Amino acid sequence: MNSVRDQVLDQYNSRVYKNRKEHVLTKVDDKTEEIGANTRTIPGIMSQRGCCYAGCKGVVLGPIKDAVIIVHGPIGCSYYAWGTRRHKAEADERDGEQAKSYLEYCFSTDMQEADIVFGGEKKLRQAITEAMSIFDPTAIFICSTCPVGLIGDDIHAVARWAEEEYKIKCIGFSCEGYKGVSQSAGHHIANNQLIRYIIGTGDKKPKKQFTVNILGEYNIGGDGWEVEKLLKRCGIEVVSVFTGGSSYRDIKNSHFADLNLVQCHRSINYVADMMYDKYGIDWIKVNFIGVESCTTSLRSIGEYFGDEGLKRRIEEVIADEIVSTYDEMQFLKSRLKGKTAALYVGGSRSHHYQALLKDFGISTVLAGYEFAHRDDYEGREVIPTIKTDADSKNIESIQVEKDEKFYKVYLNDQQKEELKEKGVVLNYYEGMAKGMDEGAIICDDLNHFETEEFLRILKPDIFFSGIKDKFVAQKSGILSRQLHSYDYSGPYAGFQGAVIFGKDVLMGLSTPAWALIRAPWKQIPSLSGSLGGEE
Amino acid sequence: MLDYTTNEVAERHALCINPAKTCQPVGAMYAALGVHKCLPHSHGSQGCCAFHRMFLTRHFKDPAVATSSSFTEGASVFGGGSNLKTATKNIFDLYKPDIIAVHTTCLSETIGDDLNALITDMEIPEGKYMVHCNTPSYKGSHVTGYSNMISGFINYLAKKTDKKSDKVCVFPGFVNPGDMREYKKLLKAMNISFTMLPDTSGVMDSPMTGKYEMYPAGGTKIEDIIQLGECRKSIALGSFASEPSAEVLKKKCGVNFSSLPLPMGVEATDQFIMTLQELSKEEVPYEVEEERGQLIDIMLDIHPYTFGKKVAIYGDPDTVLGIAAFVLELGMIPKFMLTGTPGAAFEHKANELLNKFAMEDCIAKAEGDLFLLHQWIKNDKVDLLIGTTHGKTIARAEDIPLVRMGFPIIDRYVHSYQPLVGYKGAIRMAEMIAGAVMDYQDSHCDEKDLETVM
Repeated sequence: MNSVRDQVLDQYNSRVYKNRKEHVLTKVDDKTEEIGANTRTIPGIMSQRGCCYAGCKGVVLGPIKDAVIIVHGPIGCSYYAWGTRRHKAEADERDGEQAKSYLEYCFSTDMQEADIVFGGEKKLRQAITEAMSIFDPTAIFICSTCPVGLIGDDIHAVARWAEEEYKIKCIGFSCEGYKGVSQSAGHHIANNQLIRYIIGTGDKKPKKQFTVNILGEYNIGGDGWEVEKLLKRCGIEVVSVFTGGSSYRDIKNSHFADLNLVQCHRSINYVADMMYDKYGIDWIKVNFIGVESCTTSLRSIGEYFGDEGLKRRIEEVIADEIVSTYDEMQFLKSRLKGKTAALYVGGSRSHHYQALLKDFGISTVLAGYEFAHRDDYEGREVIPTIKTDADSKNIESIQVEKDEKFYKVYLNDQQKEELKEKGVVLNYYEGMAKGMDEGAIICDDLNHFETEEFLRILKPDIFFSGIKDKFVAQKSGILSRQLHSYDYSGPYAGFQGAVIFGKDVLMGLSTPAWALIRAPWKQIPSLSGSLGGEE
Repeated sequence: MLDYTTNEVAERHALCINPAKTCQPVGAMYAALGVHKCLPHSHGSQGCCAFHRMFLTRHFKDPAVATSSSFTEGASVFGGGSNLKTATKNIFDLYKPDIIAVHTTCLSETIGDDLNALITDMEIPEGKYMVHCNTPSYKGSHVTGYSNMISGFINYLAKKTDKKSDKVCVFPGFVNPGDMREYKKLLKAMNISFTMLPDTSGVMDSPMTGKYEMYPAGGTKIEDIIQLGECRKSIALGSFASEPSAEVLKKKCGVNFSSLPLPMGVEATDQFIMTLQELSKEEVPYEVEEERGQLIDIMLDIHPYTFGKKVAIYGDPDTVLGIAAFVLELGMIPKFMLTGTPGAAFEHKANELLNKFAMEDCIAKAEGDLFLLHQWIKNDKVDLLIGTTHGKTIARAEDIPLVRMGFPIIDRYVHSYQPLVGYKGAIRMAEMIAGAVMDYQDSHCDEKDLETVM
């Protein structure tokens, strides 16, 4: 009997097989094998991946509420990223400084044929002028779409012009859809510009003793707010979130934080690394999804700051949260224990949610990422061995210098070593694969064909994925919940979020319609009747 | 909600804010899904395909399958020919469609990939087909793309012939599967044999069976498209989405056509039925007449809640015009009519409708956006909004009830299964409109005025 992996892959033609065999692994012997990741999608293979623009504008920049983000291009790109990713935000005031929220608005230069032929810079300038006169924002971001790069509009020159003209922050993001191999290229491009032009430009120092930024938290369904609430209760000040519910106003002060917490490693690790190099800010990989992982993450923060009072408050908060959710968690666990799940999400959730599923006794039989790199699977120790190719070389990687004015060392090497002994490893991510069960399938860039086949063979109780494949699973009789958008529910982060998640899963499994799929007349083996002449 | 929208309407020449249209390829993808065993293919970078599939899935709550040429930077420089070749082989190997329908994107259009030449050189398995259409995102809108894809099928497949059948070709307009089913019901009732292109019923509203079918039972059959040239006539429903394809069929195969508005409301449906009757030469059956009578009965019943109410309607041009025609029949005032799709014909046709009902002080605009619509409403409040999901912020900001009709509706369920066209569709519209107005009255009137009988 072939392995599950082979049963699926053997159906490919030789060329596709040669490519895909690198991307699909079976976890064996507690080893982490090398996986193919962040390479080109095979044309025609029906990948779920998106583009560079989606990673830049859609993921990283989109949630920044007080920036008017003008998408320079034909109408579609801006339209599809309008309100479709539930990164919540609210206009607010902080230390007397306002941050408006433009998230209900969608801005586009709506390029027409003449703009493609004669160039769109003039229209872009005019669009900025109009945005200024209507909205008077403090920051404008310009995002390029495919044709802009091809016709050579210089959005960066326009951004410089706008800064001069209007004395605002204006930044160009050359995130044309064809760059790189997935959304990942767009994350990197956004990260680069944030460190170049925003981080470190503010002068509002935090007030509290313990200060952090939360990186790679996009406040889907209010997750970020849930985490902020927890940290606040512990007495920790969040200087800025990258970028859920956050603002240009806050991000520019983020260099004053003492520690960076990295939730989604893939989309924001460049900022974490560069802030470490430039400002000396350490980062720890956290996971606020799941009770166990939330507890561990909070304790790690306590250990980093090493303050007994803080550690005590953290323990109090953990105890309080566990007590207040205990009964519901126990009930949910009793109903969900023993179920199996497959996860296919973007760049981190497929890992994070395994922890939460484990809290309920649900095991993961397949997990994969849409746009991850090898380090997201195998851990950051493999970074030096990752081969660059033509596609990754095209994405700018910037080196930052130590900032003499703001560089600080919070912990010395010896303290870091002591921290490591307590299990808190700084500036490191272990990746998804290490924690997975023996025999589980790890699949990079899971495509439509593989989804259908793996679901058919593995028959998980639940498939967690996105909207494009949700109904494929549902039609085949498997509960599917979206982990990009939480099917319009949430928050799922934190202790309370775990309960909401568990209830949503149980609701999905228990909904009576599952039992009604087969019509009663289809359940009768064959038509009953009598043969003529026998009576 | 929308706190920064100003009352003063300043003219904008470059910045589109809160669009009332999207780009061509998503329309092309939807049209291609309405052909049986067809796999739409997006020739461009994979983000387009992902966005369009996401959007269609969110509207229909059914899988929208499509593939992409997955351009990288290299393909964008050297052309996407080899990507398309690889894609074609993989698609036929793996997903086994009967036909691949390629549409372009702004990327492949800007670099100038010649799809005619690429497809001519393509190795296509025996008995399988590959067609294409050009859908540059920087021209027209998703409605244009929908129409272009339909024309693409005709260009590649329909054969010119002297043979004539008794079939009528129906171009349904950019409508939901629920509407397509309603058309088919009426065509059958009128005893007309027909080919409808495309037909997304049975594809984008497929039933739950416990087994996923990549190619569900619905969709226009390829042989029927090939034989379109034999049709005795074609009927284009909706001048924006359908007329261009009817023109193509006429030009290529000499099939004459009637261009009708979407059959929404009484008169437009009457016109559709009369056109069918001319073809069938049979009496309109009682069941159709009965539905019409029910509709008029309902319109009389609800008139106290509709008459004189001001409405803002936005969305796709054919749909907005169809809804406007019906609300006029209800005695309502279509104060604002707005579409993002360009085309002076929209304003012209809207004004014709307004004149017919002697309406004054109403505005119709093509190439508008929802920011402008909101500004209009701020200056002149309406009682009701009718349109797509993206108007919900205006509805909330101004406390105006919203009735969802058109594409896209990504925040509600079931809508795509139900018709807006035909008498039955108008009955549904009447229920939704009266319901919204009356619910608003119930939730906003003084407690002492809450009525048990309405």
